[in-house]
Amino acid sequence: MSFADLQDRLRQARTPLRITGHGSKDFYGEMPTGEPLSTLALNGITAYEPSELFISALAGTPLADLEAALAQQRQRLAFEPPRFGGRGTVGGMVAAGLSGPTRAALGSVRDHLLGAVLINGNGELLSFGGTVMKNVAGFDVSRVLAGSMGVLGLITEVTLKVLPLPAATQTLRFEFDQSAALMAVNRWGGEPLPVEASAWWDGALLLRLAGASAAVDAAARKLGGDIIPAELAGPFWQGLRDQSDEFFIGAERAVAGGAKLWRLSVPSTTPALKLPGEQLIEWGGAQRWVVTPLPPAGVRDAAAAVGGHATCFRAVDKACGAFTPLTAPLAAIHKRLKASFDPHGVINPGRLYPNL
Amino acid sequence: MNAPLQDPGIDRAARLRQLVAALAPLLPAHALLHQAEQTTPYECDGLTAYRQRPLAVVLPETEAQVAAVLKACHRLGVPVVARGAGTGLSGGAMPHEAGITLALAKFNQILSVDPLARTARVQCGVRNLAISEAAAPLGLYYAPDPSSQIACTIGGNVAENSGGVHCLKYGLTLHNVLRVRGFTAEGEAVEFGSEALDAPGLDLLALVIGSEGMLAVVTEVTVKLVPKPRLARCLMASFDDVRKAGDAVAAIIAAGIIPAGLEMMDKPMTAAVEDFVHAGYDLTAEAILLCESDGTPEEVAEEIARMEAVLLGSGATAVQVSEDEAQRLKFWSGRKNAFPASGRISPDYMCMDSTIPRKHLATILLDIQQMEKKYGLRCANVFHAGDGNLHPLILFDANDPDQLHRCEQFGAEILERSVALGGTVTGEHGVGVEKLNSMCVQFSAEERAQMLALKAAFDPAGTLNPGKQIPTLQRCAEYGRMHVKRGLLAFPQLERF
Repeated sequence: MSFADLQDRLRQARTPLRITGHGSKDFYGEMPTGEPLSTLALNGITAYEPSELFISALAGTPLADLEAALAQQRQRLAFEPPRFGGRGTVGGMVAAGLSGPTRAALGSVRDHLLGAVLINGNGELLSFGGTVMKNVAGFDVSRVLAGSMGVLGLITEVTLKVLPLPAATQTLRFEFDQSAALMAVNRWGGEPLPVEASAWWDGALLLRLAGASAAVDAAARKLGGDIIPAELAGPFWQGLRDQSDEFFIGAERAVAGGAKLWRLSVPSTTPALKLPGEQLIEWGGAQRWVVTPLPPAGVRDAAAAVGGHATCFRAVDKACGAFTPLTAPLAAIHKRLKASFDPHGVINPGRLYPNL
Repeated sequence: MNAPLQDPGIDRAARLRQLVAALAPLLPAHALLHQAEQTTPYECDGLTAYRQRPLAVVLPETEAQVAAVLKACHRLGVPVVARGAGTGLSGGAMPHEAGITLALAKFNQILSVDPLARTARVQCGVRNLAISEAAAPLGLYYAPDPSSQIACTIGGNVAENSGGVHCLKYGLTLHNVLRVRGFTAEGEAVEFGSEALDAPGLDLLALVIGSEGMLAVVTEVTVKLVPKPRLARCLMASFDDVRKAGDAVAAIIAAGIIPAGLEMMDKPMTAAVEDFVHAGYDLTAEAILLCESDGTPEEVAEEIARMEAVLLGSGATAVQVSEDEAQRLKFWSGRKNAFPASGRISPDYMCMDSTIPRKHLATILLDIQQMEKKYGLRCANVFHAGDGNLHPLILFDANDPDQLHRCEQFGAEILERSVALGGTVTGEHGVGVEKLNSMCVQFSAEERAQMLALKAAFDPAGTLNPGKQIPTLQRCAEYGRMHVKRGLLAFPQLERF
């Protein structure tokens, strides 16, 4: 299918279309509905110049292909997007807007999104942003696509900032309870230390240091803790990133049994949340995964009480809504914004919020 | 009924009477200025070539007053132009002839600094540098550092998505703001982002940052603070050929180094600043690069050694490393004073602000040299080379209308050339009124229409800073230049399959 065909398809559509890539994140957000429209024909890296620190790829390009090309040049996507079951496309990665363990230190998908091409509901092929880091010409439309769940248009191509792989990494382990771990990661965050990821679960805090080898060694000496050998640390962080480690496997079992897996996004200094069920903490305290049978209102209230929000990430029953409902003024802007991109409301309708 | 008041049949005095009658009950008398001698100081921002007196200037002191003023203006269909310190370089805060200027300078309180969370909650009128000064005792600072940072406000930084010399490593305003609180055009309180790292729904914060006051009025901002590096050192390298200097920039990045700062000055600029600051710059060099490394002492030592090797390998004729903080600041003094130094060698200068892919730095510098001959004007260049952001300063005399005209044409050609090389017409100064025509070159009619529709989604009546940033279809038709297809994200490859 050519771009012109895709444009015609969107221009003429009057019933819901469901944009799909690998389908690896069908579980995420609200239930996908409508006639599938695949992006997989849009496959390929369109530009990659390591010294310009960006890569452009068509939306259906497998994330794995893109990351393999980067690895050959000792570069990476610094925000470590999850690859569920090793799968996922570049377009789906941007639309879902999920970032991995390095998010607090190195930024999110949106922070690294430099440009995007999309087809809106009028069938117009539109390009926003570009390939350069500093660009304030017009509204920053490409970045709002990150985490949009595809409701603003069919993303056809994206350009992402890339960064060199760190020269050295080191993983440290500390036996801390949740409160001690939260205090430690927030304190260390205020010091010039090369910490790029953290995770606490089940009485242990893991820290990943990354940077120049002299700096990593010096920080490891200063912080103490047990050094985890690279052959164990690598798979641990990868499992965490791709949500295939022990915590998430346990969470999927609990979800099958009727519990829900929640992603709570809260200020990093929020004290230990007193919620029943297992918790895994990432992003220096700012992201808390909670597996709990607690009714949704209880979880959402707990997040709201500390200035955060709660996403029903995995559940058999998402009647509570996948995402935290919006305040009235924001909901009104969302509705008009959606209509400005997709006047007939046919592109992934209901995937972010029911009625949007 | 909410269309902005532009009916020439209603005279200015009548409109003003109507406006003052509506606003006077909402504000203390001293917060509403409408005599010509009171409003004239607000007739332009840092872009002094464009001037316009507003109908009135409103200086609210509380958020309740901001909301009330916005509600009244919305009811009357009166345009509202928000203003911070007025240091913007693209006319983003230039008043509207039929509107009010909402001057937010009185919102100058730092509300809280949280050392553990590494955040600061500040009012929109707080100066950029004041945030870092407040955080300094905690070993923290606010990273984006536009050169106007002693004066510019965080509200203005949010409006422009301001950068600075450390963007390559530390990001733009966008990457360092967690949340903004403000008001819609209708005067309704609204929050974008949150104190957490994300917020539910579409990432409207990413749209509001850099929206030049077109989408909402921002009154409060939560920024991230980052730990102050233990040490910073600067390398100064001379090159006898601008191509070698441009290639050295690419070589540093290719070596896997992300310098804290990477700046380039050409020979005319070096001469101008040396005369001004006496920093000991190499006046024989065709180009000078400044490369900064920051971090722990171990990190800096390692990075400086690697950068020095790359620079020498790229053909640098001399490399100096700062031995102490005084020398580092001396290296930077010329770069930081590039604008005032240019003001000394020419009656006027126009500062351009495009961004291009780094690899084309030398190409555009050589193109600009050709343009100097074509337009008969001199141009001195400073580049944020690390992120490809150019600041050519075209020297001219505004008292000579022909020089002003040639200068504008010169500037427009630099911007068009930047777009053709795969870049953008503005890297950090914004579009404002200055680059409206160049937006016609960078974006297609459909892209501009989508951006105008996006504005209408936030501001259906179109009263927030109307006429800025996104040119109308009609304006582009009158300008008559074609949309230049951009380098890499453009359409040529679209027919490949």
